Amino acid sequence: MYTQALNTKDTSDTSRPGDSARLAVFQATIDAEDKIEANDWMPEAYRRTLVRQISQHAHSEVIGMQPEGNWLTRAPSLRRKAALLAKIQDEAGHGLYLYAAAETLGVRREELYAQLLSGKAKYSSIFNYPTETWADIGVIGWLVDGAAIMNQIPLCRCSYGPYARAMIRVCKEESFHQRQGYEIMLTLCRGTAAQKAMAQDALNRWWWPALMMFGPSDTDSIHSADSVRWKIKRFSNDELRQRFIDATVPQGLHLGLTFPDPALRLDEASGHWQHGEIDWAEFKRVLAGGGPMNAQRLAHRRQTEDDGAWVREAALAFAEKRRQAKVTRVAAE
Amino acid sequence: MSRAEAQQAIALGDDALVLGHRLSQWSSRAPTLEEDIALSNLALDLIGQARLFYTLAGEMEGEGRSEDDFAYFRDASAFRNVILVELPNGDFAQTMMRQLLFAAFMHPYFAATAEHATHAGFRDIAAKAVKEMAYHVRHAGDWVIRLGDGTAASHRRTRAALDALWPATGELFEMDADETALAASGVVPDRATLHAPWQATLDRVLGEAGLARPDGDAHTLTGGRRGAHTAHLAPMLEDMQSLARAHPGATW
Amino acid sequence: MVETAMPIWEVFIRPRSGLPHRHCGSVHAPDATLALQAARDVYTRRGESVSIWVVPSAAIIASDPNDKDQLFEPTSTKVYRHPTFYDIPDEVGHM
Repeated sequence: MYTQALNTKDTSDTSRPGDSARLAVFQATIDAEDKIEANDWMPEAYRRTLVRQISQHAHSEVIGMQPEGNWLTRAPSLRRKAALLAKIQDEAGHGLYLYAAAETLGVRREELYAQLLSGKAKYSSIFNYPTETWADIGVIGWLVDGAAIMNQIPLCRCSYGPYARAMIRVCKEESFHQRQGYEIMLTLCRGTAAQKAMAQDALNRWWWPALMMFGPSDTDSIHSADSVRWKIKRFSNDELRQRFIDATVPQGLHLGLTFPDPALRLDEASGHWQHGEIDWAEFKRVLAGGGPMNAQRLAHRRQTEDDGAWVREAALAFAEKRRQAKVTRVAAE
Repeated sequence: MSRAEAQQAIALGDDALVLGHRLSQWSSRAPTLEEDIALSNLALDLIGQARLFYTLAGEMEGEGRSEDDFAYFRDASAFRNVILVELPNGDFAQTMMRQLLFAAFMHPYFAATAEHATHAGFRDIAAKAVKEMAYHVRHAGDWVIRLGDGTAASHRRTRAALDALWPATGELFEMDADETALAASGVVPDRATLHAPWQATLDRVLGEAGLARPDGDAHTLTGGRRGAHTAHLAPMLEDMQSLARAHPGATW
Repeated sequence: MVETAMPIWEVFIRPRSGLPHRHCGSVHAPDATLALQAARDVYTRRGESVSIWVVPSAAIIASDPNDKDQLFEPTSTKVYRHPTFYDIPDEVGHM
C-alpha cells in the first residue's frame, strides 16, 4: 500500500529495566481496543514502526500530487479542472494530517522531508509510473484511490490514536476521489472510440501496478507479527488485495473494459476472483527507485523545497522581528 | 445592450479563469504544504467565478455557448482578460503581489456590483465573489507584508515584483465605450470610482511591508481587454485547451 | 539539510453554532495570523466550521499519563455524584 516498504522487521532492542511492567500495560491497552496516545509510554519499536509507516504514507500523499498534477493544466472541462484541483489539494491535506500525526511521536516534518529527499524514506511504488493520457486520471481515482481506501478503512481503527483520527478524516474526505475517477472512466467508455481506447489502455498499464500497491504476497512478507499484535495492521496484504480485486473487477466489467490478466476468472465455489502471477521483480525494482518516474518525482520535490526556502526564512524572520518589537514595547511600558 | 452585457461577463470570466489557471500551476510547488492548499483554494474560487460568468454570458448571448465553449474553444485573441493576470507566476513574491493588486481591485468592484448592479445575474455572482476576494486580499496582503518586511532577499524580491507588475495595474481601471455605457445605466460599476479604495488597501499593506507605491506609469502593459495580449497567454491557453481540442465534440 | 523548523499550532474548530471547539489537528505557521489562515485553508475546506482557535503546541500543558491513577481513579468510587445513586419512588415521576 502506501507503506509497502515497511516489510523490514525492527529488531533493535532498546528495553530498559522496568519496561516489562509497562509493556504489559501497553499491550493490555491495545488488546482491550483502547488507544495509545502521544504521551503514553510505548516500546521504542512501536514508535519507530509508526513513524516509518505514517511518514511513508504522508510522503506517498505528497508525491502522489505529481502524477495527477501532470494533467491539471490540461483538464478537458472546467468541471473536471475544478474537481481535479480539489482532489490534488486533498492529497496535500492528507499528507499534512499524516505528518501532523507523525509529529506527535516526536519527529519533525522537516526531518521527515529530509529523509524523503535524501532517498532514505520510501513512498508507494504506484507514483513512480507516468501519467500518459487523461484516462490515467480516471484510472488513478478508480484503482489507486480504490486500493488506498481498502487499506485505510482498517487503519481508522489503528491502536495509535493520532494516526487513527487522521485516517478517519482522510477516509471521510476521500470518498469523492474514487467516485470522481470512476465517473471519468464511465464518461470515456461511453464516449468516442478514441476515448474508450484511451480508457482501456490506461487500465492495461495501471492494473498490475495497482495490485502491487498492497505489497508482497503473504508468503514472502516479513511483515512483522508485531504490527498485527500492536493492531497497526489488521489484515494481510493478500487479504486486502483479494478484497480489492473482488470489488473492482465487476466495476471494470460494467465499464465494458477487459483486464490485462488472461488468468483472471471467478471461482464460483469461493466467490473470489482469481488472478495471475504478479511480477514481483518489477515491484522490487520500482520500490527500490528503479521505476520510470522515481528520479523526476524526487527532483520535483527537491526543487520545490529549494524554491520555497527563502519564503520560509522570510516568514520566520518577520515573526521574530515582530516578537522582538513586542518585547521591546512591553519593556518600555 | 445584451451583447455588451455578455461581453462584460466574458471579460470578468476571462480574468478569473486566467488567474485561476495561473494559480493552479502552483499545485505541488508551493513553499509549504499549508500554502499549497491555500493557493489551490484561491484558484478554486476563481475557476468557480469564471464558470458562473461564462454561464451567464452564454445565457445573455442566447446562442447556446457553454462555459467550456468559452474556456476551451476561443483563441488568445478572443480572450478579454487584463494583462496582469496572464503574466507568468514568477516567484512566490510575484504571485502574491499580483494577487493583492488584483484582489484589492476586485473586492470593491464586486462589493459595488452586489449592492448596486441593476442586473440580477451580475449581482448574484458578485454577492458570492465579494467574500472570496476579501479573503484573497487578506491572504495575499499578509504574505506581502511578511515578504516585504522579512529578510533582505525577500524584500528585494517583493520590491522587484511590485515594480514588474505595476505597469499592468492601470488596465484594471480602463473602460471602453460599451462598458462606460453600461456603467452609466448602472449595470456595472464605474471603475474610476474604485481607484480610491484600491489605493487605500495597497497603501495599508505596502506601508506595513516597508514598500512604497511606485510612481511609474501604470499603463504601459495594457491591451488585454481589446485582445492584444502579451506572448504569455497563447502558450498557456494552448496547453490548457490541447486535450479538449484534440477530441472535438467529445464529452468528458 | 534540516532547516529551522516552523512552529506547530494546534487547531480547534467549532463545527456549528452552539457546539464547543474541538481539536482537529495541527498546522505549521510562522506566526498566529498565518496559523489561523492555514487552519482555515486546511481544516475547513468542506465548510465544516463557524470558528477556529489556534494555539501554539508548545503552550499546551498536558497531564502526565503516569498520574492517571491519582488524578482520575479517586472519582470512580464517588457514586453519590451520579443521579442514579438516589432512590426516588416511581410515583413521584421524572426528576
